[in-house]
This record gives sequence, structure tokens and C-alpha cells, in this order.
Amino acid sequence: MDNRTQQDFEPKIIAFVCTWCTYAGADLAGTSRMQYPSNVRVLKFPCTGRIDPVFILKAFQQGADGVLVSGCHPGDCHYIAGNFHARRRFAAFRKLLEFIGVDLNRLQFSWVSAAEGGKWVEVVTDLTEKVRTMGPMVEFKELALEEQWSGAIDTPELKEAYNAI
Amino acid sequence: MSRIGVFICHCGENISRTVDVERVAAEIGRHPGVAFSTDYKYMCSDPGQTLLKKAIQEQRLTHVVVAACSPRMHEKTFRKAVEVAGLNPFLCEMANIREHCSWVHEDREEATVKAIDIVGMMVERVKKNRVLAAITVPVTKRSLVIGGGIAGIQAALDIADCGHEVILVEREPSIGGHMAQLSETFPTLDCSQCIMTPKMVDVANHPKIKLYTYSEIELVEGYIGNFQVTIKKKARSVDEDKCTGCGVCMTKCPQKKIPNRFDQNIGMRSAIYVPFPQAVPNTPVIDRDNCTWFKSGKCGVCQKVCGPGAVDFEQQDRLVVEAVGAIVVATGFDLYSINEKPKGSAIKGYGEFGHGKIPDVIDGMTFERLASASGPTGGKILRPSDGKEPKQIVFIQCVGSRAREKGISYCSKVCCMYTAKHTMLYHHKVHDGQAYVFFMDARTPGKSYDEFWRRSIEEEEAVYIRGMVSRLYQKGDKIVVMGSDIAVGVQVEIEADMVVLATAIQPQKGADTLAQKLGISYDKYNFYSEAHAKLRPVECATAGIYLAGACQGPKDIPETVSQASAAAAKVMTLFSKDKLEREPVVARVREAGCVGCFACKKVCAYGAVEEKEIRDRQGNLVKIVAYVNPGVCAGCGTCQATCPSKCVELDGYTDEQIVAMIEAL
Repeated sequence: MDNRTQQDFEPKIIAFVCTWCTYAGADLAGTSRMQYPSNVRVLKFPCTGRIDPVFILKAFQQGADGVLVSGCHPGDCHYIAGNFHARRRFAAFRKLLEFIGVDLNRLQFSWVSAAEGGKWVEVVTDLTEKVRTMGPMVEFKELALEEQWSGAIDTPELKEAYNAI
Repeated sequence: MSRIGVFICHCGENISRTVDVERVAAEIGRHPGVAFSTDYKYMCSDPGQTLLKKAIQEQRLTHVVVAACSPRMHEKTFRKAVEVAGLNPFLCEMANIREHCSWVHEDREEATVKAIDIVGMMVERVKKNRVLAAITVPVTKRSLVIGGGIAGIQAALDIADCGHEVILVEREPSIGGHMAQLSETFPTLDCSQCIMTPKMVDVANHPKIKLYTYSEIELVEGYIGNFQVTIKKKARSVDEDKCTGCGVCMTKCPQKKIPNRFDQNIGMRSAIYVPFPQAVPNTPVIDRDNCTWFKSGKCGVCQKVCGPGAVDFEQQDRLVVEAVGAIVVATGFDLYSINEKPKGSAIKGYGEFGHGKIPDVIDGMTFERLASASGPTGGKILRPSDGKEPKQIVFIQCVGSRAREKGISYCSKVCCMYTAKHTMLYHHKVHDGQAYVFFMDARTPGKSYDEFWRRSIEEEEAVYIRGMVSRLYQKGDKIVVMGSDIAVGVQVEIEADMVVLATAIQPQKGADTLAQKLGISYDKYNFYSEAHAKLRPVECATAGIYLAGACQGPKDIPETVSQASAAAAKVMTLFSKDKLEREPVVARVREAGCVGCFACKKVCAYGAVEEKEIRDRQGNLVKIVAYVNPGVCAGCGTCQATCPSKCVELDGYTDEQIVAMIEAL
């Protein structure tokens, strides 16, 4: 269980971005020396079309408190239509997340172009602050613990039962 | 067991000012799998790279992570260095601790923690990196040019002059396209035929150009460097090798009253014909729909009079396959016909302008044929209805263009200039005539263009009226044009003898069908889309296919010629290498698990996914699976995220690598 309190809580934000637009936009924020919270960790993909919704679940499971997915603006995809496929996929995926009880405010989709360093800063800052007020995400961490327990065969009883099969 | 080397760059003070690089190096040194970690002031400098190479050899490193600037900056540099030291370049990754960390955070503690996280993430990723080899594909150094207008001719000549074979395919019986139809060209008023026909002859005589006229593209297969194109040579009914082009057949043909499309149907031709006297090739073609022989089996005069015996009524359509490495698409434009319903419009054309109903309402191209010295009237401006010289002529601009409600919101770009030219040609030929122009805006960007437009008003006495025409109707032998002059705010009524409509430029009919054969994208108007509007304006997103001319959007002649030469230069760049090398970031199918649902094929924007048959030793079909052609795949990975059985993997971005990164956080 997460025992961090609301006061010293620093949210962990994972960003899945495409290399052509948002990654370059984040680079631009750097070269322009803009400042934003250090909570975000960026994972680079060739295209938002490559981002499997499973990665988002995995990120939550690994303790992310917020996830950001960002790519090229519609119509600007480096790979013609990858971001359209992504958009359609995530529209359906959001419904699923909502159904299983994840607060959709923890998941943000946005379009940040290679020229929008300022927008990158804005998006990251907004999400970080929003998640900070929401507090830590606990649901998936509990799942992760369960998975570890059920997957391991480390007690003598379990080993014995296993060998008996 | 991997022996990973981690190199932390100070970037002068750019990184070390906010990130405690020594601490990062020390902490990462304790990370499982890391055998060596150090920091250095400038990793990208020559001593920095030497340090990297030396460490790889001395420490027997298996993988490398360089924590420095953005990979967009120096990934190539470090991968090259790693390769020199004997490691596969794709076993080197960069951790971006400058743009994404030291430059955007001020707090030293926070930045250092983040840097450790970023480096740790990349260490976990690099562990899962696989040895990849750059993909090479052979290049067939021949190119196909589709369309024999000025764009296609220019591209073909440029490529052929560099010594590479060109296949030029034209749908019509002659090359020349629309430019051959024009009378004179703006802004210099030089005769279009005089500058065009020598180029056409150059094409015909060029030893490196293989010309297919009266032919169409049937099928395009393959990918960059290796296309297989099937061309349909339509039956000409005349043997090209035997025909001498003497023209006796045409003079003896009893059918002489067939409207000639080249003359916008105001001139007549015979059933066996060349579209215009300077046609290249100068081999006639029999119009089977109008030929007496093909309609009733009688006549055959052309065959009887043909000395070399070239007329062949038995000729059939023929399919030819050509192997090429690059394709230039130069299919040009068509004019908006106001009798038709344009794509995306709810309303049919411009009934209010009476085109097709009132014979003396013509379009700009018809006016070109009237003004052309080689046209049906021998260069005299005469009314199609009664052959009289019009003394009052009205030009209406933006017919179709910039009309959102009619489904065309773009500007056709050339009409302002050619209407100005028309007023001049008219004034030169009918000295006592008066030209009026209804216009919305005069758009004349281009070298010497605005001066030209001004000249039509100041020297050639054209009257420009800002405003649109609401209605026109026939009154006796006059056409009454009703419009408004918004500059003065009055209604205008002109009794004209002739009306010329500047109809919008549209892509050729069937442009979308051709695009689907080629696998290139097109916009909502069917204009072909370039890979990048600003930085890659002549390349298609589909590798190996280039665009030239008005098939991409409305263009004038100088622009078309520039783009055609640019496309030729792109083809030459491709042909400068014997083999194409590209990043091995391509998708690969795990055939054992593939169930052949082809969801990947549906989402692939490049048509890289093919169907592959798996057979057992007896040759029985086991199943059909997806196969990604590495020559075509662009590496976006959309197929991988789509695959329901997780059987496609994008090299360099595998699920394993991504999950390892997430788990490291």
C-alpha cells in the first residue's frame, strides 16, 4: 500500500510521446529553457499509432499517478494516419478505463507539435498539478502486489503442492 | 550477462550545472548489468568519443548508454562511434538528460533524481535491444513518368539527360498536354507552341526515353527502387513502326465532322486523326467509336490509301510490364465543367452562366484555341455560334474557384493572369473591341506578373469590374451580363457578344483511381498530397514516388517546370546509389502466431503488409499470414499496436523494450 501522505506526495507522471512532434516539442521547451515540474518521465515512440493501450495499464500498475499520451496534431502525422488510429483506439480505451473504475482525469491525451514547446510545458504542468490534488493512484498498485504473490512459488508448501502435480 | 557502459556527459556546464553528474554515474554504476560508468565534460568531442571507444574495447562492453543531449541531436554520432569500436550501432541508446532534464529544471536534487531515472530507464531498454542490420534494397535505375504534359516532359528530359532510362506514359495519342493547347503564355506572351514543340521533339528523339502514348497505367506493384508497372497500350489501329506520318489517311477519311477535343470541340477532325499537326508521335490513331469501318464494317479507305500499309484494324489492346525504380506522377489538371456536379457539392455547376446552353459562353481554354494561330479559326477571335467577331467581350473570373458552396474552396491561381492575357490577346486581334472583366481579387504574385496585369488595364484598356455576375441570358444575338460593381456600389448590365469563363482547375478525372493504384494519398479535391507541405513538396509520403505539376495543386508553367526538375533531381538522388540503405526500424511478423486476420494490413498507410502463403513440404497450403515488406515499411508501428495476437513487432520499439522501460520507473 502506498503510505505517502497528501503533503509530501510527488506524483509520478509517465508520458508516451511520438518522436516527430511531441518529443521534438519537449526538446524545444529545453532549448528555450522553459521550466516545468520534474515529475514527468518521457518514453519515445516512433508514432502514437505504436502506443498499445496495455502500456498505459502497465504504467499505472508500475506506480504512475498520471499518464500523458501526446503526438502530432490530426492531419500532421509523419506516418500519414498513425495518430488517427491512436485517437480512435484511445477513445475506446477511455471507456474501458472508466468502466473498470480509473479516474479519467489521470489520463491525458493531447497534440503537441514540434513547434509547441510552450504547449508541452503547459500540458505537463497542468497534468502534474491536477494529479497532485487527486493524490496517489492506489488501485493498480494493489493489483501489482497480488500478481507478485500469485506468480511466485517460494513457500515450501507451494513448492510441495507444485511438485505433487 | 550484459556488460553495459554508461557515459554521462557534462555538456560543458549545460548538464552539470543542475545535475550532479558524478552522483548519477556512481548510482548508475550500481545498477544491475552496468559494468562501467563514468562522466566526461564533452562526450561528443573527439576525446569523448575516444574515451567511449576505448572503454568498449577495454571493458568488453556489450551495450552502451550515453546520457547527454537529445537523441535527435547526437544519436547518429554515438552510434557511429560505437560501430567503429566493434559493437552493433543499435546496441547504443541515448538518455536525454539535457533538453528533458537539466535545461527545464532548476532544483539540483530534483534534476539529479530525474536524470538517474532517465538513465536507468535507458539501461533497462538497451538490455533488450537486439542486433539490427541496416536494410539494403537494390535500386533499378530506370524511372517511370506518368503524364506527358510540360511537367512530365521536363522531368523525363532531366532524368534522361543524366543518362538514365525513362518510360514516359501518356493517355492521349500525343504528348504535349494542356500547354500545347495554349496560344500565348503570360507574362511574356511568347507562343506556347514555339516553346513547347521543340521539347516534345526532344522527347521523341531522346535515346533514353521510351514513349508510350495512348497508354494508361494498369497496375503498380513493388516499392522504392523496385516497382513493376503494367502499362496498357490501347489499340491505335495504326502500326507505329510502319507509319511514316504522311497524313494521306486523314485527308481521305470520309468522316470529317467529329469534334476535336484538342480544339475544345469547336474544331473538327477526321475519324483517323492526330490531335494537332505538331503531335508527337506523328502517328494517327483511329477513333473506333466514330470510324465507319468499326461501326458498319465498310469503308476502309485509310487502309487502301496507306502506302506503307500501317493501318491495322485487327490491333488489340496490349499489356506491357516495365521494371522501374522511381515514379514521377505528372498527370496535370482538368477544367471544371460547369455542367457537372463537382465532388462535395450539393448543387450542379453554374447554371446561371449558361455554359453549354448559350453557344457563345465559352471557357478559358476554348478562348485559347480561338486565339491560337494553329487553332480552328486560324487565330481569329470569332463567335462559335455565327462566326462573327465579338465587339464586346466579358470575362468572368473565379468560376468554380473560391466557391465553398460549390465544393471548391481553393484559388485556381492562374486565372487572374490568363484572363489578363486574354484581354490583351483580344485587344491585339480586335482593335475596336472592348473587354470587361468581372473579378473578386486580382492575385498576381510572381515575377513580372503584377506589371503584366497592370498593363492589361493601363495599356490594353481592359475594364476591370470588382464584383460577381449574378445572371446572364441570351437576348437576340447578344448576351446580357448582369452583375454588380462593389467598388462603386452599382448594378452593371453589359450587352456582350461573347462571354469567357475562367473555370476552376481540377485534378484529372480518375486521379483518385490512379492514386489508389500507386498507393499515394490525395486530398478531398483529389489533388495528390506531398510528404510535407513545406520541406518535402515534391515527394509523396510513399517512398520512391514524386510529384510534378498541377496534379498536386493549381500551378502555372514556371512553377510546374521547377517542380518537374526538382522531382527529377530527387529521382537522380535515389539513382546515385546502387543500393538503398535505411534504418532498420521496420515491423516484422511472427508467422507462427499470426492468424491471418490482416488487421495490420488495414491500418498500414503504406501498403507494406502483404499476404504470404505458408505451405508444408507437400506443397499444401497451411495458412495465409501477414508479411511486412521491409522496403516499404516506414516504421510507425501502428500495426503492432493493432495486432490482436501480438504477432507483429517493430524492431527498435519492441514490447519487451517498452515494458522494460516502464518497469524501470
